[in-house]
Amino acid sequence: METLLIFLTIFVLAIFVGVEIITKVPPTLHTPLMSGSNAISGITLVGALVAAGTGSDLVTIILGVLSIIFATINVVGGFLVTNRMLSMFRRKD
Amino acid sequence: MAIAVMNLSYLIASILFIFGLKGLAKPRTAVRSNQLGALGMLIAVVGTLIGNQIIGPQWIILGLVIGGAVGALMAQRVQMTDMPQMVALLNGFGGLASLLVAGAELTHEWQKPDGVLQTALNAGNVPIWVQFMIATAATALIGGVTFTGSVVAFGKLQGIISDPPRLPGQQIINGVLLLVVLGLTGVLLVDPAAIWAYWAIVAIASVLGVLLVLGIGGADMPVVIALLNSYSGLAAAATGFVLNNVALIITGALVGASGVILTMIMCKAMNRSLTNVLFGVWVAKGAGQSADDVYSGKVKASSPDELALLLDGAQRVVIVPGFGMAVAQAQHAVRELAQVLEARGTQVEFAIHPVAGRMPGHMNVLLAEADIPYEKVKEMDEINPTFEQTDVAIVIGANDVVNPEARTNPSSPIAGMPILDVHLARSVVVVKRSLSPGFAGIPNPLFAADNTLMLFADAKKGMLDLVAAIKEN
Repeated sequence: METLLIFLTIFVLAIFVGVEIITKVPPTLHTPLMSGSNAISGITLVGALVAAGTGSDLVTIILGVLSIIFATINVVGGFLVTNRMLSMFRRKD
Repeated sequence: MAIAVMNLSYLIASILFIFGLKGLAKPRTAVRSNQLGALGMLIAVVGTLIGNQIIGPQWIILGLVIGGAVGALMAQRVQMTDMPQMVALLNGFGGLASLLVAGAELTHEWQKPDGVLQTALNAGNVPIWVQFMIATAATALIGGVTFTGSVVAFGKLQGIISDPPRLPGQQIINGVLLLVVLGLTGVLLVDPAAIWAYWAIVAIASVLGVLLVLGIGGADMPVVIALLNSYSGLAAAATGFVLNNVALIITGALVGASGVILTMIMCKAMNRSLTNVLFGVWVAKGAGQSADDVYSGKVKASSPDELALLLDGAQRVVIVPGFGMAVAQAQHAVRELAQVLEARGTQVEFAIHPVAGRMPGHMNVLLAEADIPYEKVKEMDEINPTFEQTDVAIVIGANDVVNPEARTNPSSPIAGMPILDVHLARSVVVVKRSLSPGFAGIPNPLFAADNTLMLFADAKKGMLDLVAAIKEN
């Protein structure tokens, strides 16, 4: 029970932090915001690594490796495409 | 010690993610902050490898290489006009990755005699048990809906899937499916070995995702993408509760909050509630005037030469790009027009409606791609008061977002929707291929207004002809 409450606390506080920061992002950058937040939601990669790295049976390892692939697409694709878009906003005379 | 290193890496990663999002408040700091986010991800990955003493089995490296290559290719190849499709796919992959991780964890934990599950079961530790199972079921539900919902959204944006009519009893079907999911969650709670129940939830959630997005119209795509963005975050957070992983919980909460805020902004920009977007239908058409009543004899078609003369004396011009501009790939031609006008001393600004593109901020990216400085691109609330001092407003491929009916006619289907007040400008030029209605399916009195001139042309060709005419003039 203790740990669950701690995790819930962290979850709720993080939502408040998120609301605070995101409301300050101007509409101009809403598309990069979405692709960028996509990239960081690829943090699931961390869980995927544990599953694939510590799993002892075939099913776990297959599921783990598949999730590594999709999470890495998210991370790499998300950060790179965000970078591509944001450099367009920086590039001016 | 290794565990401490891992947890510390999660803390650092979370801080870097927060700074990464915070830096998006200003275009100038944004590139750097995105790199901070990427650094955070690297730190979290390395910390995890150390913490779990994973010493690179080949299949892990293989997964990273495949995923990295596909991701890099997608990021490099995607056209800026297709960015909504890309984000839709990434949302979907995020949901899929989350549900795969939870599935792997369920399979794995159950086989570990000293794992969280078995320990909790033996010690009769019910809360840990319940948290694990409910979080697992939630991941299956949210992850499944996110995955198939995003794939359908991708198909619609790409034009592969058309808009079928909504099934009459669809909400009942959705309700029944949710009840089945609840029942299966109960099975998981009672019978820990019932891994089949997990995949059954995934299957039902996948059906639910298709049903939810299939009936949503093309004009509402910005809302759907923002909402699915939020779901992909929540799926990650749910996985965090499965794994007791703080990094996932924090990041998932940040992304979830971001998606919800964007969803609300999009709904507000269309003056519709989220429920109405998800389950509603457009108000029955035909209540207003027919297109013939509005347009007959009043629409003035113009030519590039005539418009060049009009623009010759203009002090201030506001350009209003709509999705039609993006479809015609006219953004570079539009920039040329702005440059030609500015060279003659005209002040040129751009006005963006929040739902001008297919996703939040889409039009801004397209203009940035065409090297139009972002300082000249104004949001609706900022530019609306200036239309009265504007000599010429040029509307390119936009329709409903400049329809004055939204302000003047309370019985209009778009009544109350915030619009760009281009009708207040001294002259309005509308570049459009025909008088066909926009997504709302209603005629636009702006096109028949006394101060409006129509240039019937494809956005790109119209712009190029106009630029040529101004240069000759």
